[in-house]
Amino acid sequence: MSISDKDTAQERRQYITFLATGQEFAADIMTIREIRGWTDTTALPHVPDYVRGVINLRGMVLPVIDLKARLGLGLTDATAKHVIIVVNSGDRTIGLLVDAVSDILTVARQEIQSVPDVMREQQNDYVEGIAVLDGRMVTLLGMTKLTSSFGGMDSLVEHAA
Amino acid sequence: MDPMEAIKQTFFQECDELLLAMEEGLIAMENGEADSEMINAVFRAVHSIKGGGGAFGFDVLVGFAHIFENVMDLIRSDKLNPTPDVVKVLLRAGDKLSDHVALARDGGIDVQDSEVKAELNQLAGGGEEEDEIGGEAAPSEFDGLSFMPVQIDIGDDAPAFMSLEPELPSWRIRFTPHAGLYAKANEPYLLIRELGMLGALEVTADLSAIPDLLAIEPEQAYLTWNAVLRDCADRSKIEEVFEFVSGDCDLDISEIVPELAVAEPVMEEVLDAPASAVIVDLVTAAEKKPVAAAASTAVEVVKSTIRVDLDKVDRLVNLVGELVITQAMLSQRILETTSAQSTIGTGLGELEHLLRELQEAVMAIRTQPVKSVFQRMPRLVRETAAQTGKEAHLEIEGEATEVDKTVIERLGEPLTHMIRNAIDHGLESPEDRVAAGKPAEGTVKLSAEHRGGRIVIEVSDDGRGINRAKVREKAIERGVIAANANLSDEEIDNLIFLPGFSTASQVSNISGRGVGLDVVRRNINDLGGRITISSVLGKGSKFSLTLPLTLAVLDGMIVAVGDQTFVLPLSHIVESLLPKQSDINAFGSTGMLLNVRGVYVPLISVGRLLNVRGANYDVTSSVVILVESEGIGRMALAVDGIIGQRQVVIKSFESNIGHIDGIAAATILGDGRVALILDIDGLVAGCREGVARPIEYQQAAGA
Repeated sequence: MSISDKDTAQERRQYITFLATGQEFAADIMTIREIRGWTDTTALPHVPDYVRGVINLRGMVLPVIDLKARLGLGLTDATAKHVIIVVNSGDRTIGLLVDAVSDILTVARQEIQSVPDVMREQQNDYVEGIAVLDGRMVTLLGMTKLTSSFGGMDSLVEHAA
Repeated sequence: MDPMEAIKQTFFQECDELLLAMEEGLIAMENGEADSEMINAVFRAVHSIKGGGGAFGFDVLVGFAHIFENVMDLIRSDKLNPTPDVVKVLLRAGDKLSDHVALARDGGIDVQDSEVKAELNQLAGGGEEEDEIGGEAAPSEFDGLSFMPVQIDIGDDAPAFMSLEPELPSWRIRFTPHAGLYAKANEPYLLIRELGMLGALEVTADLSAIPDLLAIEPEQAYLTWNAVLRDCADRSKIEEVFEFVSGDCDLDISEIVPELAVAEPVMEEVLDAPASAVIVDLVTAAEKKPVAAAASTAVEVVKSTIRVDLDKVDRLVNLVGELVITQAMLSQRILETTSAQSTIGTGLGELEHLLRELQEAVMAIRTQPVKSVFQRMPRLVRETAAQTGKEAHLEIEGEATEVDKTVIERLGEPLTHMIRNAIDHGLESPEDRVAAGKPAEGTVKLSAEHRGGRIVIEVSDDGRGINRAKVREKAIERGVIAANANLSDEEIDNLIFLPGFSTASQVSNISGRGVGLDVVRRNINDLGGRITISSVLGKGSKFSLTLPLTLAVLDGMIVAVGDQTFVLPLSHIVESLLPKQSDINAFGSTGMLLNVRGVYVPLISVGRLLNVRGANYDVTSSVVILVESEGIGRMALAVDGIIGQRQVVIKSFESNIGHIDGIAAATILGDGRVALILDIDGLVAGCREGVARPIEYQQAAGA
C-alpha cells in the first residue's frame, strides 16, 4: 500500500474515475494534470504495443499508454471519443488512453479495501485498493507505480519480448 | 538543502567568476597590457574570495589568499613593479588559489602551495620594505568604544593631488547609519575606507546627535559622518559603496559646484607656499598616484547582468517554440481558406517575422561567450608545458564569441585534450625548435568565430606537424589500411582520429600525434559537430571544430517513411541519391550493399528497420541518403521520400518513456505533429548483423 501511515482513517481524498475495458478505475486527482481528447499519435519503434506513441501536448512530447493494452486486454480502437488523461507523477508525465472519464469521487481512507490476496500478482502492483461507489466497485490505481512500471528502455523491451 | 549550504553554493559560484576575472587580469598583466583597473580587479577578486572564505571558515584558503592579496596590494599601490617574473609567480599563485577553492568545495588532498607561498612572501616582504601599507594600519586607530571624533585621513597627498584635475566633480556625502546597519554587522569604517578608494576624501564625524551618557541606548545609532569626496567622476560609484546598506541608513549625496570645491584649497595652497613649490608638490603627487588617477578615469565596460534560473529560460524557450509552431499551424489553415491577396496574409507574414525575431532573441539568452571555457586553457598550457619540458605560449582570439550554454558545458573536455595534444605532440622541445630555426617558445593558438550559423573553434600550433609517411607506415603495420591504399594527405591526417591510433604509445612517439583524439572526435560528433585537421610538416597543425550554436535546435532533413515523418541530423548526411537497380547488390541472406562510385556501403531500409506502417520496403524505388557516423562509417539509408530541410527544435522524451534505440529525440513539425529524430549511431547499432562490419575497412580507405 502506498498510502502512508500518517494518513488518518478519516482522511478523505478525491479521485477521478474513468472507464476502460468496461471496468471503472480511479486515480488520485492530484496526479492528474489534464484531460484531453484522443489525437493520432506518432508511433515509436521498438516499444511494446501498449505504448501507442507520442503526441504534441503544447510543445511537450507526451508518450501515450493504452491502459487496456497495459492490462493485457488488447489494443483500444481509439476514436475521437476516447480520452487521454495526462498523468503527472514523480518525474514523469505520460498520457493514459481510456474510454471515458466519468466522475469525481471522494473516498475516506477507511473506505478503501485492500486488494484480495488471491488476486495479487506482480502486474497488479499498481492497484492501490478497491473502493465502493453506489454499489459499484472502483479500482484505485496508484499512478506513481503505474507510470514507473514503464521503466526505461530495459523494462519496455522485457515487456515486448 | 539547508540555507547555509545554499549560501555556500553561491559563494563557490561567485568564486568561479572571480577566479576567471583574476586569471583574465593576470594574463593581461603578463602581456603587459594591464591597466590599473585590471590590477584592481585582480586584487578585488582575491580579496572577495578571502572574505567569503573567511565567513565559511576555510582557514587554509583564507591564509593563502591573504598572502596573495598582500602582494596584489603592493602592485596596486605601485610599491611593487609587476615584472614578468613577478607575474609568473602570480599566475602560479592564481592556479593554487583555484586549487584551494576546489579543495574547499570538493574536499580531497591538500594543495601543495608552500613553494608558491614562499615566493609570494618574498615578494610581499620585498615590497613592504619600501613602504608600509597605510590602509591596513588604520583600523587599530578606530576604536569603537571611544566617542572621540576620528578624522580618517586617506592619503596625505590627496588634497593637493585633486586640484590637478579640476574637471572631476566633487561630492558632499552625509551618511547616517541606523541601528539596523550595525545589527546586520556592517561597519561604517569599511564603507568610508572604500569611499576613500574612489578619490580624495575628507571625513568628519557629526556627534551632535549623541545624547547625554545617561540617555544613551547602547544599541542605538547616533553618529553621522560628513564627507567630501573629490575626484570621483561617477555618482553611481559612490552609491555602489553604500549599495548593501542602502536600506539601513540615511544617505545624502550632493555634487559640490566645481568652482567652490576646487578654488578653495588651491587658494590656500597658493597663499601658504610659494607658487613654484606648489607646482612641484602637485607634480610629485601626481607621479605617486598614477594608479588611482587612471582608475578613476578608466571607462567602466562591465555590462550589467542578472542571474536567472536556467529552468525559467528553458520554459521561455519552450513557450516561444510553441508559439512558432502554433503560428505556422494557424497561417497554414488561414491561407487554405482565404485568398492569398487578403490583408490577413500580410498580417500573418508580419507575425511570422516577429516571432522569428522573438525566437532568436530568446535563444540568445541562453548563449554565453566561450570565454568561460577558454579561460581555463592558459593554466592548462602552463602546466602541460611544465610537465613536458616545453616552452609554450597561448594566444586566444575571439573569446567573446557566443554559443549556447549547453555547448559550452561540453566543450571543455575536447578542448583540453586538443590543447594538451598540441603541446605534448605538436610542439618540439626548445632545443629542437631552435635547431629548426624557430623561437624556443612554441605558440598554441586558440580561436573562435561564428561562420555560417555555426561556431568554428580552431586549435593550431607552430610545431612539427604530422609526419604523414610515418602515420601511413604505422597504419599499414596495424592493418588499418591496405599496403597499397591510395590515400590523400587529408585522409592520412584523419587516420590519427582512429581509436587504434590513440592508445598505442609507440605510435604517438613516432608520429607525434594521437593521444585521445578519437575521444575528441566522439565528443564533437555527439555535439553535432565535425572536426577537421590540416597540417604542414615542420610548420605545425591546425584542428578545426565546427559546432552548432545550440543543442536546442538541429538542422535536419525531413524524410517520409510510410505514413510517418522522420528527421535526419544534417551533420551526418553526406549526400542523397536515387540508386540504379544495378547498383544494389544482395549481401548475405537479408543484407544489401549499395555501390556508390565503386565503394560498397550497407543499404538499410528505415521503414523495415523501425517497422513503420505503410512503408515501402522495396529499396529499389526509394530515395537513398548516404550518412556517415562515428565508428561505423558510411551507410545508405533508404527512405520513401525527402520532404525538405529545416531547423527543428529538439524535444527530449527520455525522461518520460526511457531511451529508445535509434531515436535521438523528437520534434514538433509545422502541422503540430510529432516527428522522431533518428539517431544514426543507434540505428546502425540496431542493425549490425554482419553487414556494417566487412566494409569498415574500405571506408577507412575513403570513398
